[in-house]
Amino acid sequence: MALVEIRDVRKSFGQVEVLKGVSLDVEEGEIVTIIGRSGSGKSTLLRCINALETVNSGTITVEGQRVSTGMANLRQFRQRVGIVFQAFNLFPHLTVEKNITLAPLLTKKIGKGEARALAQDVLGRVGLTDKIDAWPEQLSGGQQQRVAIARCLAMAPHLMLFDEVTSALDPELVGEVLKVMEDMARQGMTMVLVTHEMGFARNVANKIVFMHQGKVWEEGPPEKLFADPRTPELRSFINSVK
Amino acid sequence: MRSFSLIDLVSLVYALQWTVLLVLLALAFGAPLALLLATARTSRFAALRWLAAAVIQLIQGVPLLGLLFFFYFGMPVFLDLQVPALVAVGVAYTLYTAGFLGDIWRGGIQAVKPAQWEAGACLGLSAWQQFRHIIGPQALRLSLPPTVGFLVQLIKGTSLASIVGFVELARAGQVASAATFQPLLTYSLVAAIYFALCLPLTLWSRSLEARLNGAR
Amino acid sequence: MNFQQLWRYQDQLVEGTLITLALTLIAACAGLAIGVLGAALLRSGSRPVRLAIRSYIEIIRNTPSLIQIFLIFFVLPSFGLKLPAFEAAAVALSLYFGAYAIEIVRAGLESIPPSQIEAGQCLGLTRWQVFRHVVLPPALRNVYPAFTSQFTLLLLGTSLASQVAAGELFHAGSFIESRTYRSFEVYAVICAIYFAMVMAFKAVFAVIGVLAFRWPVRR
Repeated sequence: MALVEIRDVRKSFGQVEVLKGVSLDVEEGEIVTIIGRSGSGKSTLLRCINALETVNSGTITVEGQRVSTGMANLRQFRQRVGIVFQAFNLFPHLTVEKNITLAPLLTKKIGKGEARALAQDVLGRVGLTDKIDAWPEQLSGGQQQRVAIARCLAMAPHLMLFDEVTSALDPELVGEVLKVMEDMARQGMTMVLVTHEMGFARNVANKIVFMHQGKVWEEGPPEKLFADPRTPELRSFINSVK
Repeated sequence: MRSFSLIDLVSLVYALQWTVLLVLLALAFGAPLALLLATARTSRFAALRWLAAAVIQLIQGVPLLGLLFFFYFGMPVFLDLQVPALVAVGVAYTLYTAGFLGDIWRGGIQAVKPAQWEAGACLGLSAWQQFRHIIGPQALRLSLPPTVGFLVQLIKGTSLASIVGFVELARAGQVASAATFQPLLTYSLVAAIYFALCLPLTLWSRSLEARLNGAR
Repeated sequence: MNFQQLWRYQDQLVEGTLITLALTLIAACAGLAIGVLGAALLRSGSRPVRLAIRSYIEIIRNTPSLIQIFLIFFVLPSFGLKLPAFEAAAVALSLYFGAYAIEIVRAGLESIPPSQIEAGQCLGLTRWQVFRHVVLPPALRNVYPAFTSQFTLLLLGTSLASQVAAGELFHAGSFIESRTYRSFEVYAVICAIYFAMVMAFKAVFAVIGVLAFRWPVRR
C-alpha cells in the first residue's frame, strides 16, 4: 500500500471546481513533484493532503488513515505530516529556537534541555545552527524558509509537503533552500512538492506529476516526461518554463 | 413637581444650539491652531518639534473638565479682568481641539512617505509648496477618518460645559430632570439626541476608513 | 495666586488620587473583560447576540460619558437598585471602557493573518494553543498603543465621576475649593496631579511594552 493514496478527489470553491477527479499514489521514500500552470489545482491538492481543505468527493488516505478536516485525531495526523509554505509563516514573536520547539514542547511534552538539543539538531540539518537565538525578522528569506523546514523536521514527520517554497525568494537565495531539500531527499524523506524549479524536478524527483485544469494530465519519471511529453499541454508548458 | 411635557422637550432642543455653538467655536479656533501644532511637530527644527510635543502632551494629559475649570477660573487671574464665561470655555475647548487634532494631523503628515517630500524637492518646490500641494492633501486624506472621530469626541465633550453652568444639552437635561423627577425619561432623551448627532459622524468616519484601507 | 492654603488639604488630595486610581483600574480590568468576551461573541455569537453587542458599542461610543454616569446613578434607583456614587461610577466607566475595549481586542485578533493560524494548526497545536502561543502575543503588540491611549482617556474620564460625588480627585478639588475659595489654584493643582498620573502611566506602559514585546518587526 502506498503512503499516500488519492482517489478521484474533487474540490470546489463556490462555483469553481478546482480539482476535477485527481488520483495519485505516493510511495514511501518517493519524491513527487507536482508541476503545472497557476490555477491548475496543485496547491489545493497539497492542502487537501494535509486536511487544510475538505474534499467534496473522493478519498485521500495517508498511512492507511482516511484524511479529512473532521478526522478524529487530526492533530496527531498533522504532527506526522509537515508542510512548508511559500510565505514561510514563521512566528515573528518567537526566536528561531522557540519557533522550532513550540510544537514539540506543547504536543510531545519534551523537556527544555531536550528541546534546545532538538533545535540544534534540526538547525544543523538546514545549516543554520548559529541562528538559533535570532529573531525571524533578522534572517534573509532563504534563511527563514530553512528555519520553517527545520520547524517541520523537529516533529519528525513521515511525509513532508512543500508548497512553492522558493517562489517568494530572491533568485540568489533559492539555491540554499533547494540544497536543504535535496539533502532531505537523499536521507529518504517522503516528499510531495509543488514547484516551478524545473531543475530540481528533473534532478531530484522520482516522479513528476503534471496537473492541468484540475486533473493529473501526465505522470511519470522525470527523464521520460521531460524528454517525451505525450500531450501538447505538457509540451507547451515545458517550453514556456525553459 | 410636574410631569415631563412638550416644554421640556423644547428646552432640550433649544439647548442644542449651545452645543452646536461650542463645537463650531472649538473648530473655528482650534483647527488653525491644530494645523500649526501639527506642522511644528513635524518641522525640521528640533526646538519647534519639542515645543509642539510638549503642548500636545500637556493638553492630552489633563481632563477636559480640568481644562474647563482651569480657564473658567484662571482667565480672570491671568488677565486680571472678568471675561464672559463663553470666552473662558471657548478657550478651553479651542485648546482641547488643537491638542487632539494637532496630534491626529501630525500622524497624517508622518504617514505620508518621505519619498513624497523628496519628489517635491526634486521638482524644485519650496518647503511650503511641498507641504501645500503634495504632503498636505495626502495627509488630509489619511487623517480624515480620525478627524471625524474626534468631532464625535468633541460633541460629547461639550456636555461638560454644563458643569460650569452652560445651559447646553446636558444641562437642560439636568434641569428638566430635576423639575419633573423623571430622570430616566429626560436622560434617555438627552442621550438619544447626542446619539442622533454622533452616530452619523461615527458611521461616516468608519466608511472613510474602510475606503482608505481598501485603497491601499 | 496663593497655593499655601491648599497644603492643609493634602490628605483630601491623596485620598482623591487613590480613589481616582482605584476607579481607573477597576474600570480598566472590568472593561477589558467585557472587551475579550465581547470580541469573542462578535466572532462566534449568534446574530441577535452580535446585534446586541454592536448596539451596546454604538450607544456607548455615541453618547457622552457624563450622561452615562447620570443614567446609572440617577436612574437605577427607580428600578430599586440604588448604587453608591463610587460603585455607580465604576459600573458606568466599566461599561464605557468595555465598548472601546471590544473594538480594540477585535482589531488585535483581526491583525493576525490567517496563515499564522494555519501554520500553528499544521504543527498539530490545539485551538487554544494556537490562540495562546501564535495569535495572542503579536495581537497584543499590535493594539498595545491603542489600548494605552484609551486607558489614558479612561483615567482622565474618571473626573466625570465627580459629578455624582464619587470622592475621586476632581471631587476632592471641588471640596477644597468650597472651603478655600481658591478656585484657580485648586484646579491648577488638580490638573497637575492628573498630568503626573498620565505621565507615570505612560512611563510604566513604555517599560512594559519594551519588556513584553522584544521581537523586531518589519517597518
